[in-house]
Amino acid sequence: MALLEVEGLSKRFGGLQAVRDLSLAVGDREIVALIGPNGAGKTTVFALISGFLAPDAGEVRFRGRSILGCPPHEICARGVVRTFQLMRPFPRLSVVRNVMIGALGRHADMRTAEARARAVLEEVDLAAKAEQPAASLTLTERKRLELARALATEPVLLLLDEVMAGLTAIETERIVELVRAINRRGVAILLIEHVMRAVMSLSERIIVLNYGERIAEGPPAAIANDPRVIEAYLGEEYVGAAQG
Amino acid sequence: MRWAGLVGVLVLLALPPFLDSYVTTIFIFIFFYGFLGQAWNLVGGYAGQLSLGHAAFVGIGAYTAAMLSMKAGVTPWLGMFAGGALAAVLGAAIGYLGFRFRLRGFYFVLLTVAFAEVCRIVALNTEAIGGALGLYITFTGNPRQFQFQDNRSYYYIALALMLGATGIVTLIERRRFGAYLTAIREDETACEALGVNAFKYKLLAMIVSSFLTGIGGTFYAFYLFSLQPNTVFGIPLSVEIIIRPIIGGAGTVLGPILGSFILSPLAELSRFYFAKAGWSGAHLMVYGVLLIGVVLFVPQGAYPYLRRLFAGRPKA
Repeated sequence: MALLEVEGLSKRFGGLQAVRDLSLAVGDREIVALIGPNGAGKTTVFALISGFLAPDAGEVRFRGRSILGCPPHEICARGVVRTFQLMRPFPRLSVVRNVMIGALGRHADMRTAEARARAVLEEVDLAAKAEQPAASLTLTERKRLELARALATEPVLLLLDEVMAGLTAIETERIVELVRAINRRGVAILLIEHVMRAVMSLSERIIVLNYGERIAEGPPAAIANDPRVIEAYLGEEYVGAAQG
Repeated sequence: MRWAGLVGVLVLLALPPFLDSYVTTIFIFIFFYGFLGQAWNLVGGYAGQLSLGHAAFVGIGAYTAAMLSMKAGVTPWLGMFAGGALAAVLGAAIGYLGFRFRLRGFYFVLLTVAFAEVCRIVALNTEAIGGALGLYITFTGNPRQFQFQDNRSYYYIALALMLGATGIVTLIERRRFGAYLTAIREDETACEALGVNAFKYKLLAMIVSSFLTGIGGTFYAFYLFSLQPNTVFGIPLSVEIIIRPIIGGAGTVLGPILGSFILSPLAELSRFYFAKAGWSGAHLMVYGVLLIGVVLFVPQGAYPYLRRLFAGRPKA
């Protein structure tokens, strides 16, 4: 039994079929990437899994139990946490307080939660900024804060929505290392990412979405040479070139 | 900081013998509005849910304790808790509707105003509780009936209310409950994603806040000895309640108190002198100017501003 099982998931916004009959699974301790062109429905899938949106059809199971219809905070309590592509820090709260909000769900005591939060900040290299208001952080630091808060909830499955977008190559490398370290501790990861180098080096398996449908799935090497993927990403005229 | 607070409390405790009756009255209003502001602060300041209908809780508390005392002979010392409980029930109902249906910003403001207005109109048209004339409490000077010959007794009760509410808010601020409230104010969606049941904590804040405000209603009734629907349930009272914490610093423990120390004497004096000059109501213009000044120059309120000024470093 996979850790996360999604079956026949569909979601329509008015005239737009954002997700169509999507099935996917994430195994224990696995790193899976969800890629696809802009508007393919990736973030919608995250919102559906994490309880922020209700699907029109389909089933989402975590550890064999349905989490469909659970509110987001309950899904988080069960061990599935998401980050937001457009980061949502608590701007006027300090960085450490931001992370504590995540930790307090597991540790109701403020001191324990703070100790946990500081340990996580150490891990993501933000300890030096702990006392600053989150609003003062740079883009990279905000991405790390987003990650730190999610980590502080002690997840079993981490849904990362473009945590590398907009970063320099060196910063990206650093986040890749970080994600790998988190995974080694036993956290399964489903990530949405456009930075292909990161996707290829991190994931064991890649799922490709286009117009809300899964068009391909497989290990990185196979996906990189799949004509359907190249077509979706680059346009039809490149298909022949890639094969040739 | 702790020492400054202790000295401040001791000074306030020792002050009454040196005050004349008029100044004592001004202090009573400072404490009373400081108390109401502190109760509102929990929901409006920490949780960031702008209630402009807190007068409803004052009114419910005031009418409950007054009716219990007048019709059933129940001492207001008990009646105040009954009033608080009824106010909390109304607060829970408003909170449930507002938070369950995710009303935010102006929509939540309108919901709270609407509830307070409904209370006012119901009270205006219910003869059993005095209708438009309201209730008049006969003065007996009996402390068991929450009535005192000496203004100083009210001084100490109002001070106790303000300090008690401040103590409660301090305790909440230092615990998970308070941490969650400030985070909900900043970004509710992010809170939900991080495992915070925002609905539950907002509702709890609303219940505690309306309970305390309802207790304040009892003080109001038995200090002024008369209640009218238009005053205890009216929007002007709701404005009085929220303007002090906003000017002093909403979402901080000392904000409502500082705001009340700034505004209550000002309101009292300007009301007095403007009325003397034949411009009654002009004190509202003073409020308006102050509010504009605060919004423009110290949007977080006076207390955070002063703290930065003296400490020289921002504390998060």
